Amino acid sequence: MVLKIFFPQCCNLADSGLLVGRWIPGQDSAVVLAVIHYPFIPAQVKQYIQQSGEELAVLGSWSLPKEGQEGMESFLRDLSTIFPQERWLQISRKMGKMDGEEEEEKEKVVFVHYDQKKVMLSRLHPVHMEDTQTAVVFQTVARSQPLFLLDRYDDGPLRSTHWQTEGREGSILVELLKRASVPLCLLLNWLMSVWTRFCRLRAVSGGSCKVLLSSKLSTCIQLSHRSEHMRSISSPGAASSHIEFTRKANTVVSVLVDVALGILLMSWLYRDEHVAALASALVPAADRVATELEQLLQWLMGAPAGLKMNRALDQVLGRFFLYHIHLWISYIHLLSPSVEQILWYGGLSAGLGLTFALSLLSDMVALLTFHIYCFYVYGARLYCMKVYGLSSLWRLFRGKKWNVLRQRVDSCSYDLDQLFIGMLLFTILLFLLPTTALYYLVFTLLRLVVVLFQGVLHLSVDFINSFPLFALGQRICQPYRLAEGVKFRVLCEEPGSALHLLMEINPLSCSAVVQTYRTPASSCYPRDSWAALVRKLFVGELVYPWRRKSSKAD
Amino acid sequence: MEEETFSDIRGQPITLGCQRHSSFCTEFTVSSPKVSIGKVLASTCSVWLLAYLLFFFTQNTAVLSSAILVTLVGMVLHIHFVKVDHESLLVIGSLGIQVSSSYASGREITSFIEMGRIKDIVINEAVYMHQIIYHLCVLLREPAEPDAVAGVVPLFQSSKPRLGCLVKVYRSCQEILSKVP
Repeated sequence: MVLKIFFPQCCNLADSGLLVGRWIPGQDSAVVLAVIHYPFIPAQVKQYIQQSGEELAVLGSWSLPKEGQEGMESFLRDLSTIFPQERWLQISRKMGKMDGEEEEEKEKVVFVHYDQKKVMLSRLHPVHMEDTQTAVVFQTVARSQPLFLLDRYDDGPLRSTHWQTEGREGSILVELLKRASVPLCLLLNWLMSVWTRFCRLRAVSGGSCKVLLSSKLSTCIQLSHRSEHMRSISSPGAASSHIEFTRKANTVVSVLVDVALGILLMSWLYRDEHVAALASALVPAADRVATELEQLLQWLMGAPAGLKMNRALDQVLGRFFLYHIHLWISYIHLLSPSVEQILWYGGLSAGLGLTFALSLLSDMVALLTFHIYCFYVYGARLYCMKVYGLSSLWRLFRGKKWNVLRQRVDSCSYDLDQLFIGMLLFTILLFLLPTTALYYLVFTLLRLVVVLFQGVLHLSVDFINSFPLFALGQRICQPYRLAEGVKFRVLCEEPGSALHLLMEINPLSCSAVVQTYRTPASSCYPRDSWAALVRKLFVGELVYPWRRKSSKAD
Repeated sequence: MEEETFSDIRGQPITLGCQRHSSFCTEFTVSSPKVSIGKVLASTCSVWLLAYLLFFFTQNTAVLSSAILVTLVGMVLHIHFVKVDHESLLVIGSLGIQVSSSYASGREITSFIEMGRIKDIVINEAVYMHQIIYHLCVLLREPAEPDAVAGVVPLFQSSKPRLGCLVKVYRSCQEILSKVP
């Protein structure tokens, strides 16, 4: 069996002393955590090790010969009697060479050098694999934090060498943030409780209609989402695990970035009369859309693309839709004086974040194109009824019937008058099909364009909500914190001495970081596959392509 | 470090470097042939001839500048993501196996498999386009089920050496794996 000794790089030049660490059971390996120097009292050493962590023990002795310390080697060898262990390591170093041996047998030894600070602060992914050898080593180092609190400026009875010997490290910014986070969390908690109470009051007074509206408007959805985020940030307890902490940090950073982008948008919007310019461009744009639609309908009522429509049905449908457009234009003209005010107050919502501005834009687009949605629903319902009737009468044509009980097509004998009326209706529906189909096609295409635009807006809102900026920043600036594994490099050595390896941390790839730490937002993704969508369009079923994965049932 | 020349499945010469660090630790490096000047010249000339042809018809200088940009970006992407310079296999008895591939731009991708997860190293046959080739692969196992094969990791995928080279690597690996449990 090969003995593996994990040796910290900071102890490479330490003075002679005792090795403190942990034997990993079942794997024939030892992790050295610190070196305690002479002079020491063995009882104090034993007490210090016991209070620093469970399973820690004195592993052996370390000697770095210097002038004036000739008797050190034999002294260190005698120490094995004071600290009784099953195995005793004796590692000695002459400048340029490091060798180790066990007391009882000479077996092969591998020295794995590791950077103690990086291994302590790092976190292995995938998180649930806790029993691999690497994970055990990382855990051992991470749990021995009390051992690393003693630095050389302390006046304690023991002197030791580890990664914090030169002085404990800390960052002023991090400490300040830690102190400031407690009152900030309390304030946020209080604000969120006030807001929740307010929402509940409004919901109670509004009734079911308000609930329906609030579940359809994307601004309300985004508002509820953000309040959920704030509630999770402002929870009073500290984060229990590294993943929870990273998730909280991601949420905080995404909220800050969102608000910053929103303020940027606001500063552009409220400068140089952009709001007035937008408002004055909006009503003529709506007018143009209405005129284009009217022209389209006139074209459909004539002979579109050379097809000959059924004149009567054409006129009915065309006039019906033209009247709708006329109604809508009059409403727009009614609203036109207050458009600027609406835009001005709507732009203020960007102060809460860019996502709110985008959701508001999506809602406004939905309201402004409401007539297209209505036309689509009318056309789709008409077409759907026609297709349904046609399919049922086609079955009659062939002498079959749909058995509702058995959910299948059965043969059926019809009377003569049933067949006669069925044929008449079938012929009428069949010859009216092209007209309805054309209207349905045109309005479906228009609706799909609007849905596509709204989908793009929702996707960008979800992206801002769920992208893990903090984790990605950690990966770029401190790649050792998010580890996928380890990698080894053989250090140059002479033949005859033990094998020396350098263990470095293999950081997680950026795509894996994004996948692991994505905030589970109410992701907006296509409800049906392409085949199902095409089938629904063909049959005339109403299509709502973007599905929202929400916590409450709609 | 002993170096020997073998050939890969396409007939190109590759070099196998074998360095024995200790009785239970060996490193194998398979180096592919470098980017040939002829190929670079050929691809650059073809792109630029096409660009000049387009320029002759459209008289738009944006075509020429975009051709230069495309050539440069294409070359950088090729040496960073596509062209593998050498692949190495480091076998450390009782610790594990480390597989790494270095690209021509210096980028290295490394992955380490622990000894507890390795069932065996074998030479396997695979159907690759219209041929059947030999390749070296590591059989993985879950610690809970020591008899079932949980996964297969193929080695030396870009250089694809032939059987002679694979047998040499296989023998040294088996020596180390069998000696140290």
